[in-house]
Amino acid sequence: MRIVKHPILSFERGREVEFTFDGRKMKGYEGEPIAAALHDNGVRVLSYSKHLHRARGFYCAIGNCSSCLMTVNGEPNVRVCTEKLREGMVVETQKGRGDIK
Amino acid sequence: MKKTEIAVIGGGPAGLMASLAAAEMGARVTLIDRNSRLGGQLVKQTHMFFGSEKEYASIRGIDIGKILSAEVLKNPRIETMLDSTVIGYYPDDGVLGVEVEEKTFVKIKPEKVIVATGASEKFLPFENNDLPGIYGAGAVQTLMNEHGVIPGDNVLMVGAGNIGLIVSYQLMQAGVNVKAIIDAAPNIGGYWVHASKVARLGVPIMTSYTVKAAYANELTGALERAVIWQVDNKWQPIPGTEKVLKVDVICISVGLSPLAEILWQAGCKMKYVPQLGGHVALRNENMETTVPGVYVAGDVAGVEEASSAMIEGRLAGLNAAKSLGYDNGTFNEKRREALEQLESLRSGPVGEKIRQGLAQLVS
Repeated sequence: MRIVKHPILSFERGREVEFTFDGRKMKGYEGEPIAAALHDNGVRVLSYSKHLHRARGFYCAIGNCSSCLMTVNGEPNVRVCTEKLREGMVVETQKGRGDIK
Repeated sequence: MKKTEIAVIGGGPAGLMASLAAAEMGARVTLIDRNSRLGGQLVKQTHMFFGSEKEYASIRGIDIGKILSAEVLKNPRIETMLDSTVIGYYPDDGVLGVEVEEKTFVKIKPEKVIVATGASEKFLPFENNDLPGIYGAGAVQTLMNEHGVIPGDNVLMVGAGNIGLIVSYQLMQAGVNVKAIIDAAPNIGGYWVHASKVARLGVPIMTSYTVKAAYANELTGALERAVIWQVDNKWQPIPGTEKVLKVDVICISVGLSPLAEILWQAGCKMKYVPQLGGHVALRNENMETTVPGVYVAGDVAGVEEASSAMIEGRLAGLNAAKSLGYDNGTFNEKRREALEQLESLRSGPVGEKIRQGLAQLVS
């Protein structure tokens, strides 16, 4: 959910863009992290771990911990907490470590 | 290969001040930061800072970040590289490897390096601690204060230090319900002024409590509830004291550890100092490590807080510039001033842990 009114902060957002998450159409703001847009759309589970297939979300949100790796435009292991959202991006839940084509 | 006099790695409070101080003395600086903007974690600190006027007391962290960034960007002696991650330091020839915009690899040979890379969040072991919905306190700040998205509806805050207390207050500013703040320690670790602010808003601060387990919603796979329990004075959990909290976010605020990879690569002599958050580099009073020409400042030099990070940055910047022969005539005065400010910030009972830590580190 977006913060609409805040006592101290105001948010400068880019233009609204469309992207897909596992084939579902979603909206976000250009230039914000993919993870922020997904979170606003209610998506918490970003990937499944390699061995035990456990659900993973983000943890640090600043590109340190690699808990948020997803497949973006076919490229696996993208840190979606820092990768910026662009119009038409294809974002997919990553299972395991991902294959580099 | 690109050459510079002083490379500063990290554009947070320490790196910004280091760059400004070195440039003020007359040195040429290249400031490198992996983000698209300067300011580090200052950009999400909505609270006003303490300390004296020189450390921007009573100004909000976000505004301090803006003031310092603007000064850096207009300074002709400072070149700023954004979206640039230092991914290696080659000690044999003193060269930094920098990945720019995840596309190009640039080599930089500086005469001096100031490492101001900050720290990363620690984690806490408990059952199902990897569930989506369990986030670091800094991550929650980033999501809501930088990107304007709330982390969830109901939050359990783990850790009653300053970050835990401040982020709880910020969550409430954003309209999120904080169900409880818990801490395994018997006392509240943060300043009373921060604790009082959240207590007045009706948030229970439960000391001697820790997380037992977290559980997911079967449909969504994300966090749905947390079980906490009490610990005794030997930190052992007490069966029968469990409480269930319906929360969709657990915010972990149990401290930071220095992001010291570059210092290890440089061959700096490192020491494990728990009071400072983990492995830190041995250094002298001028912030220079055991590798000549490699300086540290801010949380990477020992986890503390933003005001002292700024002064450490100034100190490192002044000394790195001076070692290259730069002095605009004010070096001695500025250096003495910085050392005095640090001593004053670390005085009293609040600074005791830091003083103990630094005693093991500074030669």
